[in-house]
Amino acid sequence: MVHIHAERVGIDFPIYGNTGRSLKNSILHATTGGRLATTASRTVVAALSNISLDLREGDRLGLVGGNGAGKTTLLRVLASIYEPTRGTLTTSGQIVPLFGGSLGMDLELPGFDNIILRGMILGLSRRQIMNKIDDIAAFTELEDFLHLPVRTYSAGMRVRLAFAISTSVDADILLLDEGVGAGDASFMNKAQARLLDFVERTGLLVLATHSTTLMRKICSHAIWMHRGEIKRHGPVDDVMTEYREWILEQQRLRAEKAA
Amino acid sequence: MASSVEETASRPDLAKQKVKTNKRSMTRRAIDDLVGGLLRVNIWGVLGWSDIRQQYRRSTLGPLWITLSMAAFVLFLGILYAQLFNRPLHLYMPHLAIGYILWTMISSFVEGGSRCFISAEGIIKQLAAPLSVHVYRLIWANLLTLAHHVIIIVVVMVVFAIAPNENWLLAIPGLLLILLTGAWVIFLLGILSARFRDIPQIVQTVMRMIFFMTPVLWMPEFIPRRAIFLTANPFHHYIELVRGPLLNKPIDPLHWQVAGALTVIGWIVTLLVYRRFRQRIAYWL
Repeated sequence: MVHIHAERVGIDFPIYGNTGRSLKNSILHATTGGRLATTASRTVVAALSNISLDLREGDRLGLVGGNGAGKTTLLRVLASIYEPTRGTLTTSGQIVPLFGGSLGMDLELPGFDNIILRGMILGLSRRQIMNKIDDIAAFTELEDFLHLPVRTYSAGMRVRLAFAISTSVDADILLLDEGVGAGDASFMNKAQARLLDFVERTGLLVLATHSTTLMRKICSHAIWMHRGEIKRHGPVDDVMTEYREWILEQQRLRAEKAA
Repeated sequence: MASSVEETASRPDLAKQKVKTNKRSMTRRAIDDLVGGLLRVNIWGVLGWSDIRQQYRRSTLGPLWITLSMAAFVLFLGILYAQLFNRPLHLYMPHLAIGYILWTMISSFVEGGSRCFISAEGIIKQLAAPLSVHVYRLIWANLLTLAHHVIIIVVVMVVFAIAPNENWLLAIPGLLLILLTGAWVIFLLGILSARFRDIPQIVQTVMRMIFFMTPVLWMPEFIPRRAIFLTANPFHHYIELVRGPLLNKPIDPLHWQVAGALTVIGWIVTLLVYRRFRQRIAYWL
């Protein structure tokens, strides 16, 4: 049975300054009692705290919150990339993450090779990928670009490719970061249809997005993250309304301060 | 998939907070990662292979490039240095060819190892695969490179009429020891470099120095009275374990002892470090 269960999960991030990342400086600091090198700077940031979740198949959870609120970190914890430093997390079902940044692709390789590479990393055999490769290629609409190295692709084209591969793996749990929004309008429509289709096949979806429309169309409930904590968890409309009001409130306060 | 971490102190000073974890389960998970990574042949296989193919792709000669560049190096340096050192070519060239090919692999383990997790950041932070796949990937890519280089060794053997004999079989356990040691070196340096970002540069500088101090360009018999430079150099022992049998030289048992001991001790240290810091690596990247 597909589920995610998190109980009071927390993540403490060590943040090292430039000197703290240098072995030479750290040794110098230790051997001279700090006289020759400035203090090895190490700050611990609580990136997530007290996250409790219970998600089952068919759930479509949306994550909202400002930049640095902990949405991506939470997705990485759910994907077992970061291990929680506090609390417990249990998941069952095959997880497929799709996060921003390099999207886990090899930029020097052509699109086709990346389909194979990523498919294999996601656990498919070569034959399984070959069976799906035409569908994946068709979904991306990239056509001849698939023969060119991925580094020549625009951000939107990379998202198309990564999205097409990740949603073709028969995953139980799909974790999507906001980067997916880089696709153009026609792609977003296709992507939405594909996500809804996925969820109908009793999948579990967690989606971080800044797009209210995407969230309303796809998600069954939402979480508003603020400074690494869950500020509000409930139906999409309620959470989004409160989130909006909070943002307006903040803007008003800032304007008052300035005045 | 399940993970659990017990909480001991509950705030507020995060810096001082100690997380108590079950020691046995940490060892278990470290070993699961090592074995699980090895079993995922398709991942490290395809990644290692794509590393090699990128070298093909950048040159019109394709697969030949890896072999030819090494062949040119061995040929020209062989002729020049045989003259400089006043050694007969049929003794010097095989020594250089085998030694330099082995050195290329060993130094790639050390230098590549120090970057193995840093350069895989994209994949590590995107997909939850065992971290050890990046270690196996580097070893696999180097074995593929070695396969390209073996042709040169064969040619040199034929040209200088070095007949094969049963001694050659001893080179196989020697190569295995290089790979086993290579694996922990990659692992350990990869972990340390993820935390301390200046290690790759330090390693590069040190390796350049060691290259000139290891009998690859020169031969061990050049310094009979400074043998300490040989016995104290672990790289010499490993290279000799493979080069010696191929050149029909008697093997000093010391080579086996040093290489064997380093393999075992290195793995124990690496496992302890890995058990302690495995879950931190993703945070450091």
